[in-house]
Amino acid sequence: MLEICNLSARIDRHPILRDVTLTVRPGEVLAICGPNGAGKSTLLRAALGEMPATSGRVSLNGLDIAGMAPARMARLRAVLPQDTQVAFAFSVAEIVAMGQEAGDFAADAGLVARALAAVGLGAHAGRAFHTLSGGERQRTHLARALAQVWGPVGPDGARWLFLDEPVASLDLGHQLTVLRLARGFADAGGGVVAVMHDLNLSAMFADRMAFVVEGALVADGPPHEVMRADLLERAYGCRVAVNRLPATGPWLLPQACGPV
Amino acid sequence: MSVTPTLTGRRPAPLSLTTGLVGLVLAASLLSLSSGAAGLGPVDLARAALGEGLSPRDQVVFYGIRLPRLAMGLMVGAALAVAGTLLQGLFRNPLADPGIVGIGAGAGLGAVMAIVLGGALPPVLAAWAGAGLVPVAAFAGGWGATMLLYRVATAGGRTDVAMMLLAGIALAALAGAMTGVMVYMADDRQLRDLTFWSMGSLAGATWAKLAAALPLIGVALGLALRSGRGLNALALGEAQAHHLGVDVQRVKRGAIFGAAAATGAAVAISGGIGFVGIVVPHLLRLAQGPDHRRLMPQAALLGAALLVLADLMARTVVAPAEVPIGLVTALLGAPVFLWILLRQRGVVRG
Repeated sequence: MLEICNLSARIDRHPILRDVTLTVRPGEVLAICGPNGAGKSTLLRAALGEMPATSGRVSLNGLDIAGMAPARMARLRAVLPQDTQVAFAFSVAEIVAMGQEAGDFAADAGLVARALAAVGLGAHAGRAFHTLSGGERQRTHLARALAQVWGPVGPDGARWLFLDEPVASLDLGHQLTVLRLARGFADAGGGVVAVMHDLNLSAMFADRMAFVVEGALVADGPPHEVMRADLLERAYGCRVAVNRLPATGPWLLPQACGPV
Repeated sequence: MSVTPTLTGRRPAPLSLTTGLVGLVLAASLLSLSSGAAGLGPVDLARAALGEGLSPRDQVVFYGIRLPRLAMGLMVGAALAVAGTLLQGLFRNPLADPGIVGIGAGAGLGAVMAIVLGGALPPVLAAWAGAGLVPVAAFAGGWGATMLLYRVATAGGRTDVAMMLLAGIALAALAGAMTGVMVYMADDRQLRDLTFWSMGSLAGATWAKLAAALPLIGVALGLALRSGRGLNALALGEAQAHHLGVDVQRVKRGAIFGAAAATGAAVAISGGIGFVGIVVPHLLRLAQGPDHRRLMPQAALLGAALLVLADLMARTVVAPAEVPIGLVTALLGAPVFLWILLRQRGVVRG
């Protein structure tokens, strides 16, 4: 269980995150949504302990993350960054192996190949990372994160994937591949927290969507509850029409959106 | 470059490269031991090894001159190459070299201060510090310069390459000016010491000097060999390194300390020898990629071999006179530096 309690954070004395309380259970995919600059990434970074919180606490599987050694934390959770730069000409396989060595699966000989195959980069193992396209780089880092927490459930409970805009630079097909992987990880007992821009994809794959606006949590619930026109209009400052297909969740047609 | 799509994704057989480097070190060592102005050649040495013994004169040449000079070449070469590799991993950029970014100058200032101001120490303290004073002061100077450079050039785990190089120029200028002040203050005997020291040569090798520098180089090598996984992870940025289970602060402290210790020891016993720290890791990365766990031991080996060979060139090209070894390494290394710079053009953040 990921428990975020009354978390607040500042950047240069500007409050970016205000008193956010959020719980994610194993088996769930939580999508953190909201407009640009609302504090989505700050929420993720503060929840990861990457930046100091001004107040509040975060615990993972009942353990306070503030006092945990990085090596122990690395066996419990993996993080997909938004910034995918790598210095020096490491190969794709070497980068994925870094994730494997950080987790509990260092002895699994074929894991790098399987993780790369899972993200559709099976033929790219020997390529130099810096020669890849943006989308391929992002998927390489996803394979690295997967290799780190390959088993969704470990001896200390669920393992966790934290994804910062995992589909931002991907084409439609790879967006689906990546989100299916995240969904599968949660269905097998792990926990997934993803910062997402695309509301439709979030509604498709997430169990819950949490909306952050101006640093505060304004809604948290299943997509069909929180994808409401009034809520989205307030959050994004534009007129929206939420639609529904028979027998599926809610969806949003950008063509039907316009200024308020 | 052709790439073998093996599972490790790397160009094949790293072990054989290490073996080859060990062979290179041995060959360079034998060559260095058996050539020189004294006319003690390979045939004499082979005979000596077969039990015929050396004449007293040849014994002095062998044990008093050639062997310490070889040991110093190996130590200094390994230290400079490892210092460069550590700095490049820390700054995430292949252009970081102790000579180029002012760390050598900082270490030099420390050494000069020890030579000039060391005389003012109370005799008890001076006797206690002894031959170790200059290396330790050089290490302290190098450490201060590295810390300063890291503070200036790196923010939030990202190194600004232009800032790193510019700050290096400023650091070198500052250390150079302060060294000038020290030289101005020096008396005649100290000036003589300074001149010998600053020529940047392996000619003044003595066992006492080597013994004084050995602990620092040992510490640096130890830190370097343990820092491989951490520096690899650091290539992904500090936040990601942390999420990969690496104690980032500890890796950074170790790299700074190790680079300063290696540079300080090398500068203290041999003056400034440039470009070894940039050429050696670069060649090895071209040969088999940037994995620091392999890079560190191999850099030590190749650096040792390269410096012994450069020294051999320096003292045989115009024998019996000597070319400063720094000239040889600069002639080889400066073009490599320019080449890396050209390849990096357009890359904003290494």
